[in-house]
Amino acid sequence: MATEKSATIPSDVKMEKKAEVSKKEEKSVSNKIKAGHVHLSGCTGCLVALADNYQGLFKLLDDYVDWVYDLTLADVRHIPEMDVALVEGSVCIQDHESVEDIKTTRNKSKIVVAVGGCACYGNITRFARGGQHNQPQHESYVPIGDLIDVDVYIPGCAPTPQQIRNVCVMAYLLLMGTEDQKKLAANYLKPLMNLAKRGTTACFCDLMTEVINQGLCMGCGTCAAACPVRAITHEWGKPQGQRDLCIKCGACYSQCPRSWYSFDVMNEFEGIMEIIDGAMK
Amino acid sequence: MGMELGKYKTCVSARSTDKEIVAKAQDGGIVTQLFAFALEQGIIDGAIVTGLGDRPWKPRPFIATTREELLTSRGTKYNVSPNVAWIKEATRSFGLDKVGIVGTPCQMQAVRKVQLYPIGMRDVPDKIALAVGIFCMENFLYKSIQQLVEDHAGQKMQSVKKMTIGKGKFSVYTERGNVVALPLKITEKYEQAGCHVCLDYVANLSDVSTGSVGSPDGWSTVFVRTKKGDHIWSKAIAAGCFETKPIEEVKPGLELVTKLAHEKIHKNEIYLNKRASYGVGKGLRNPYI
Repeated sequence: MATEKSATIPSDVKMEKKAEVSKKEEKSVSNKIKAGHVHLSGCTGCLVALADNYQGLFKLLDDYVDWVYDLTLADVRHIPEMDVALVEGSVCIQDHESVEDIKTTRNKSKIVVAVGGCACYGNITRFARGGQHNQPQHESYVPIGDLIDVDVYIPGCAPTPQQIRNVCVMAYLLLMGTEDQKKLAANYLKPLMNLAKRGTTACFCDLMTEVINQGLCMGCGTCAAACPVRAITHEWGKPQGQRDLCIKCGACYSQCPRSWYSFDVMNEFEGIMEIIDGAMK
Repeated sequence: MGMELGKYKTCVSARSTDKEIVAKAQDGGIVTQLFAFALEQGIIDGAIVTGLGDRPWKPRPFIATTREELLTSRGTKYNVSPNVAWIKEATRSFGLDKVGIVGTPCQMQAVRKVQLYPIGMRDVPDKIALAVGIFCMENFLYKSIQQLVEDHAGQKMQSVKKMTIGKGKFSVYTERGNVVALPLKITEKYEQAGCHVCLDYVANLSDVSTGSVGSPDGWSTVFVRTKKGDHIWSKAIAAGCFETKPIEEVKPGLELVTKLAHEKIHKNEIYLNKRASYGVGKGLRNPYI
């Protein structure tokens, strides 16, 4: 269609159009935030989840994010300065490089996001006891929050492409947006920041101690759907966990509408979904 | 428009024009009719609804993909059905791209949290095509309903044809024509604990919400809330699925809905405050931030 039109448009108009395009390009590049992926003791499932945004990932990289560090996707050797560091995996405290990496990440990043159950809560690496080939002495794995201050949590195993995308868009709005967008992003991120302050352990038991025991459960069923290992069913209207199956990813508790619930954000759900959809178009 | 009724675009009194749906509907057959229409039009591929479980009046959430399946889920069950438990499974094992779900206000809150914070809900947020909320004052566990029906009302669970809550009574109607009405004073202590912190009566976060309160017998009050809800509701009206009356022209109308919503929210706000100092210098957790 564009070529059809340009055939009838006088050449001076075309010039103007061209200038506008190049200006736009310049602006969007300089406005990008610097982000990267720090890979500790995780299975790369979190990174795959990010990549599973498919064309959404390209949109993020085109318009919002300079991907400055990533062992898998970027050719950079040392952890650089970053606005947002997405950290996957827990830290093996016997592996000094990992310990140095997480400390460097904290020192060089404005916002540290723990992506996935391992970085947030240890997840499956909580069950490690060492003795595995070829580093049998690596036996103690801790969530990154045990060694550094973490700003935002994205629990779950694997974390979802959509949740990672939402945090990336909101981090961009928080750092680069208008005043209104900053406020919105701060409201959106607040519960995930609270999760980061809450602690570094998670289990199905959280639903018992923090929700059911506190008289807050109303049997909606969300936890059962959120559990990646199908350890949760509902018996007589309340969640029943097979605790031996629980991998400690934190998805059930953080997805539960009675773990935390922000009316400020949720009452605007339609508008916020439109903003995120709009940003990804 | 009061805050207690949430945001909405339109509010009407309505009932389904489908005789088969209305025959066993709780009130106006709104939920069943809306899902049946959305299924027929391909707006949804299936809907998570509340069917019958392995005991009389025990609900079992299931995914209805045909009109026949929808019809088996008509009517209110008055006890907890974990419908949201199927929301991911609907998009996985059932392969649905456009999911409908019906639920109480708290379940609508859960659905929106799933959409905005999809922590354990891969690929679910974009697949929720129609969330229908039902008005809810409080809910009961199955064992509580059993105790009310069998011990207080003195009826067998399997003999019960319909249950209603309205006009200050919990009423049980049996197949053989018995009617037992219990004052809500009796049902009160059986209410589910988690319901007492709920600050939503008319499912403010649904696409369309509905309930008997405000409309005459056999009719339902309907709030159309979101763009999605408005789109589907308008199409259903144009297709002749519903008879409607302006809410201003029916008795008791929005005034009663507002009053009950205010009462519920106010009572639960007081309880939430009380929880903050439940012990000595210690309190219970408040989920709202």
